[in-house]
Amino acid sequence: MNASQSLAKTGQIRLWEVVLWALLLSLPLLLPTHALLISEIAIIALFAMSLDLILGYTGIVSLGHAAFFGMGAYTAALFAKHLHPDPLSGLLVAVVFSAVLGAVCSLGVLRGTDLTRIMVTLGVALILQELANKLDWLTGGADGLQGVVMGPVLGRFEFDLYGQTAAWYALGVCLTVFVMLRRLVHSPFGFHLQAIRDNRLRAQAIGIPVHARLVAIYTLSAALAGLAGGLQAQTTGFASLDVFGFDRSADVLLMLVIGGTGWLWGGIIGAVVFKILHSVISAWTPQYWTFWLGLFLVLLMLVGRERLLRPWVLGRKS
Amino acid sequence: MLTLLFDGVAYGMLLFILAIGLSVTLGLMNFINLAHGAFAMAGGYTTVLLMQHAGLPFLLCVPLAFVFTALLGALMEVTLYRRMYNKPHLDQVLFSIGLTFMAVASVDYLVGSTQQLIQLPEFLKGRTEIFDGALGMGHYRLAIILVCVFLAVLLQLLLVRTRFGAQLRASVDNQRVAAGMGIHVHQIFLSTFAVGSGLAGLGGALGAEVLGLDPTFPLKYMIYFLIVVAVGGTSTLTGPLLAALLLGIADVLGKYHAPKLGAFIVYSLMIVILMWRPQGLFARGRQ
Repeated sequence: MNASQSLAKTGQIRLWEVVLWALLLSLPLLLPTHALLISEIAIIALFAMSLDLILGYTGIVSLGHAAFFGMGAYTAALFAKHLHPDPLSGLLVAVVFSAVLGAVCSLGVLRGTDLTRIMVTLGVALILQELANKLDWLTGGADGLQGVVMGPVLGRFEFDLYGQTAAWYALGVCLTVFVMLRRLVHSPFGFHLQAIRDNRLRAQAIGIPVHARLVAIYTLSAALAGLAGGLQAQTTGFASLDVFGFDRSADVLLMLVIGGTGWLWGGIIGAVVFKILHSVISAWTPQYWTFWLGLFLVLLMLVGRERLLRPWVLGRKS
Repeated sequence: MLTLLFDGVAYGMLLFILAIGLSVTLGLMNFINLAHGAFAMAGGYTTVLLMQHAGLPFLLCVPLAFVFTALLGALMEVTLYRRMYNKPHLDQVLFSIGLTFMAVASVDYLVGSTQQLIQLPEFLKGRTEIFDGALGMGHYRLAIILVCVFLAVLLQLLLVRTRFGAQLRASVDNQRVAAGMGIHVHQIFLSTFAVGSGLAGLGGALGAEVLGLDPTFPLKYMIYFLIVVAVGGTSTLTGPLLAALLLGIADVLGKYHAPKLGAFIVYSLMIVILMWRPQGLFARGRQ
């Protein structure tokens, strides 16, 4: 078996994945009353997958991934409001804008230590939040951007009050991206990324163009985060300052950690678990739910996050 | 103009005292502690609560805030932080974010989300103008500068002149060799962590009047502390000091001359500096 065959073998789509996806896609039919929650989960799952590309596969710790999410959200909302209400072309514009932003920002994560990267990513998100706040003639400032009316998806499916269309739409985009990414991470390109994550110096030594790969994956990740943001703005018809918030960047990190990094399903599982946890705890104590979130994080990190996925190693020494 | 510069210096000195503990944590243990602001908040709330409920004078509360947060820091180091040193940065970041979230929510629950006010003693309230009003110095800010300069000198002497300082510097430079020479790196780290937390608490107590104090304090100022450390580097005291002064002055001037731009200037400046010198402006040339 040569290299490309063995690559293709690891990347094969398994039966359980197809079944799981069919199940996820039929959720709006099975649980029609929870359609809003379903589209929300699909959007943050997409967002988490985009972060996984740089965090799990490439090893870049980012505390400001919400920058791209917010960029996509505002772009999509502004496009729908002022130019054209068609959702898909709105998404495309959102993707392009956040990809450009990502390409520019990727220059900041090439050099330096983890701390510098954290600072640069965090700084970009803060700058954008500040901008969206101050450019109130364009973005509505602290009140948010309201009055976004979307046209029908593909010219046919109108967004309805119960969120059915929105749920299908978000799930559809999420699945499409998932299949594409699955192909990507099992390609030679994907293995380059993992080599860079595991040992950057060695990767460079065997001839992987590290900087070019980093720029490419960071741009792609930003574009997908922008896609998630655009979806959010379109399905809710609203964009507000909190799309850039630090909480959002921290939450998405947590989702990935719950689901497992370096594994595309991790983002989806993490998003589902996180959202359910969130709804349960915040129904119980709406104001102080961050306390329990914090406690969960601290305990999880003390125990070791890899043990969440494999509880049977809990008793063993690491 | 001079007045603004003066305010900027006071602000910068305050940031220095707040962030210096973080610099040591990062330099010594390579630990990214995003929960540092929570210690500052603990100091601020200690002062406020002692003044409101026990009726103690401000001047007594500030040292108490130092002692309390230092003890708190030592306790946390032994029980929690020590387990996290050898984990990847991602784990450390999430761990300390978790701590911050817990601190924010608990203070909100215990004290309430309103902004806390500090009653300064009379003699710190006024303001003196010299050079025909060109330089107006608030007495409180003057006091902050004096205290912080005193502390900075003290820290520098501690670091350069004492045996403890030499051991600390050795541990920062190369932990393994230092441990091999018989230095108890963990003990050094415990005491440094405690003092660093204590200083953050002191800064929080002194700064409650200038920076404002509410439960979101650790999140609001986290980025500022990180800027001081990331820009200043972790190998000296002067690096963070200069970075803190630069940040303080830039922030005050920016807010006064271009309030529309807000924090924009500071963040952009930070990104530019970090892209230009990723190891920090004043770092020595080492990886």
